[in-house]
Amino acid sequence: MPELYPVKIHVNGTTYERRVEPRMHLADFLRHEIDLTGTHIGCEHGVCGACTVLVDGASVRSCLMLAVQTDGRSVDTVEGVAAADGTLNPVQAALSKHHGLQCGFCTPGIIMTITEMRKESGGRQWTEDEVRAALSGNLCRCTGYQGMVDAALEVLTPLNLGRD
Amino acid sequence: MKPVPFDYHVPTSVADAVELLRTLPNARALAGGQSLIPMMNLRAAAPSHLIDLGKIPDLCGVHETASNLRIGAMTTQRSLERSAVVRRHCPLLGEAVDHVGHQQTRNRGTIGGSLCHLDPGAELPVAAAALEMTFTVTGPGGSRTMSFDEFPAGYLTTTLEPDEILTHIDVRKTLPHEGYAFLEFNQRPADFAIVSVAVLLTLDGEQVSQVRVVLGGIDYAPIRLLEAEATLTGNRLDDKAFEAAAAIAAAHPCEGDEVSPPEFRQHLAGVLVRRALRKALERTKVSVNA
Repeated sequence: MPELYPVKIHVNGTTYERRVEPRMHLADFLRHEIDLTGTHIGCEHGVCGACTVLVDGASVRSCLMLAVQTDGRSVDTVEGVAAADGTLNPVQAALSKHHGLQCGFCTPGIIMTITEMRKESGGRQWTEDEVRAALSGNLCRCTGYQGMVDAALEVLTPLNLGRD
Repeated sequence: MKPVPFDYHVPTSVADAVELLRTLPNARALAGGQSLIPMMNLRAAAPSHLIDLGKIPDLCGVHETASNLRIGAMTTQRSLERSAVVRRHCPLLGEAVDHVGHQQTRNRGTIGGSLCHLDPGAELPVAAAALEMTFTVTGPGGSRTMSFDEFPAGYLTTTLEPDEILTHIDVRKTLPHEGYAFLEFNQRPADFAIVSVAVLLTLDGEQVSQVRVVLGGIDYAPIRLLEAEATLTGNRLDDKAFEAAAAIAAAHPCEGDEVSPPEFRQHLAGVLVRRALRKALERTKVSVNA
């Protein structure tokens, strides 16, 4: 049995210290060690994007990153997106308004991908092609994507950027 | 948890990483993990020791010299994609990176990891072959360099020794008058390529003075189409020349699978070589570094 490895991971602004097996993915750490089950697990080999979270602000597949690799780093998950009182943030509100989800399984990953785009936008207007390219990393089998593309374009306009 | 149990090591220098690889049994170097970790999740790979190269500062970044770019092996695909230096001085590499995976994998995936994994459908080895990148690897006995031609050894296999790591690659700057193109065909954007092609072209007046044509997805490693290069060199790039090169590409012996059999890949190779040459030719008329 390999040694447990001590980690200190900052998730949504809270620091968690645990001892984990090196083979534990970040996705499993989030779900099983600190009970943040909003990050969903689909394929577990980096194809579906359901487990997308932000590590130091960059979107990653949390099934392709080990918890030990995030030692000392900041992780943002879907649980950290809405306000403390449950008020939806602009990305969530836009997805709701445009019917950008049906079953909702892929939605946490979609929200984190759009969140990264908002942070990186530099205040410019995103094109539909760019939005579609970014969302191609998140598989959705229900919506046909149109609703979520509309929602993303709404929150990725200069007028709506930076309003969280 | 999907992989078999393993021990994890995070060296902070190349020398320490090499020493761990040399002394530990069944050890593997971990770059960005976008190929190795899926393989471990599927238990197609089961290292006993994982040596994470992610905390070695010397291995990241793009450094520009007068005639070359030196790219650290752990430079992420996302930072290459956004590098103004790469776009300006090595636009073929930039165009290839645009086809690599999704932004969520490019944020982690590295140029060195992709080259060392050497997937037949991967874009970066094809660009590396066309650009004649030089690889520097470090092992217990010190460093050595090799050309891309010396790098592939077989399917998903390179000539790296088990205790060597790729530290950086050198690539000469593309000159302003050179034309280039990277094209691929796949069923969905961001998938691995079924067939990809990279072209680098220099004209002397109307005639081809130098050309490199490299195909991916045809064999286990990128293939340089020497016969097509010889046919094109010294001649005008007209429709007849495009057709001749395309015919050579389509006639090249080819591997395949049930989804994309050899004859399909050969057809794609012909079409893509024709299109890439045409695109590269157009670009010789527009200075790339302008």
